[in-house]
Amino acid sequence: MKLSRAFLIAFMSTCLMMIMAQQGRAQEEQLDIGISTNEIAITSDFAGADLTVFGALDNADRFLLQIGQYDIIVALEGPAKRTVVRRKERFFGIWINRHSMTFEPAPASYSISSTIPIDRIAKQIDLSGRTIGIEHIHLTPSGRVGDGTLVPEFKEALLRLRVDDGLYQSEPVGVEFVSSSLFRATLRLPASIPVGRHKLRAFLFKNNEFVMERELPLRVVKTGIEQFIFELAHQHAFLYGVLAVVLAMLTGWTASVMFRRD
Amino acid sequence: MSIYLPIAEISVNAFIILGMGAAVGFLSGMFGVGGGFLITPLLIFYNIPPAVAVATGANQVVASSFSGAMSHFRRGTLDIKLGLTLLAGGLVGASVGIYLFTLLRRLGQLDLIISLFYVTFLSIIGALMLVESVNSIRRAAANRPVTLRKPGQHNWVHRLPFKMRFKRSKLYLSAIPVVVLGFGIGVLTSIMGVGGGFIMVPAMIYLLRIPTNVVIGTSLFQIIFVTAFTTVIQATANQSVDIFLAGMLMIAGVIGAQYGVRVGQKLRGEQLRALLALLVLAVGVRLALDLVLTPDEFYSVVTTKEGF
Repeated sequence: MKLSRAFLIAFMSTCLMMIMAQQGRAQEEQLDIGISTNEIAITSDFAGADLTVFGALDNADRFLLQIGQYDIIVALEGPAKRTVVRRKERFFGIWINRHSMTFEPAPASYSISSTIPIDRIAKQIDLSGRTIGIEHIHLTPSGRVGDGTLVPEFKEALLRLRVDDGLYQSEPVGVEFVSSSLFRATLRLPASIPVGRHKLRAFLFKNNEFVMERELPLRVVKTGIEQFIFELAHQHAFLYGVLAVVLAMLTGWTASVMFRRD
Repeated sequence: MSIYLPIAEISVNAFIILGMGAAVGFLSGMFGVGGGFLITPLLIFYNIPPAVAVATGANQVVASSFSGAMSHFRRGTLDIKLGLTLLAGGLVGASVGIYLFTLLRRLGQLDLIISLFYVTFLSIIGALMLVESVNSIRRAAANRPVTLRKPGQHNWVHRLPFKMRFKRSKLYLSAIPVVVLGFGIGVLTSIMGVGGGFIMVPAMIYLLRIPTNVVIGTSLFQIIFVTAFTTVIQATANQSVDIFLAGMLMIAGVIGAQYGVRVGQKLRGEQLRALLALLVLAVGVRLALDLVLTPDEFYSVVTTKEGF
């Protein structure tokens, strides 16, 4: 009796393990990402930086992984800001801003990195739907835009200028597998990266189909004296102005005392 | 050595900024001008946003005019009553100027207006100064006496009402042109980030016939307060004063000025004025070219406020 009960327990637990294993095999691939910090500090000598993102791909099919059917895209989206684009035109011999277009809040910076160029990972419509890639950042003009014929031009100019400034950038082969399940992505952060709440997004694609997405917050902050000055200037603007004047008068006074000639 | 400017929000080379401050300080010491009209365009050429360049320029002028005014105050070459009358107009003018500044910034025409103001004033003042100094050099060469002020000669300015007595300047003069002059300079201070000495000094000498010995001290006196006022209001309304940038410019500026003064004392007045005129014209021409020549890039992007 005792023996049969022990046998039964052993049998049942074996079955349970087999069921669990079965479920495990059917389980979908899991994507996870991690960064060493959730805050990037801009110091006085900040000249841009590389952000390294580590990630794990669990439950991946070994065969598909080996023939490179898994693709990963990692993107860092900056805080959304309203943007005005202006175009200069010649007016009585001088070049002045004549046309302008305001765009609804959109990421002020965007850095993307992927295993292979993103247009080979997924169809345009999928990328656009999930706002993946520089050309798929949603730029919607607000207010009066006339007949709308100028919209593509202004949109194109905005993207081009942001790319030139390094605010929007892409690294088509910046994600690499370091082992069968671990990958590393490198994102370039420009020197002029806007401060605020950034979003780190990672996407997993299998056979050119979307599988899952992960998101992590990342704060970009000014530190030390820079942050102090910035906050003082914006939150206690009057006091800051007075301080600037006092500093100037002190400098002037010190100079007149030090270099007194009369 | 690159340094991040917290308000301009860009990284700059600290040595270039210090060099700029020292060079302008040197020139301002040499020519006895505040240097705001050189600092602001230089900062704009160095890609500092014009709004920040103007507001920070005004802040820098506070320092240079303060050290200048101190020595005039000690020597007593300063007419406080005249300075206060100018200041009354100056503060109103600066307030109007800031309002225009904020409005133009919103309309996207601020950079254009700043450039136009600079081109206009620098060309006029530069040309007038050049003509005047070349004439003086010619007269000096012909050994004729150089006179700036012809006593007893009156112009239309002296027929205006609301006369006031300015004891220190030994003048009985209408308050209207003084207040109007102060007002005009106040507007220029807030839009151009200059002290306005390069306009005020000739206007006081030639138009108001104020004795030359009190002109510099009095104009510096009123410049301190108008630029200080402008700095505070710019900081409050537009958050465009960069204390880091201003600090570097000031420190390098006051040191450069000391050496400029020494060199300036060795040169002759009219030669000095001719050099300054050429410098003023050169900056004006450079800014004018930017307006007239076809730009490399027709589009510009401005990020306004936080979306969400």
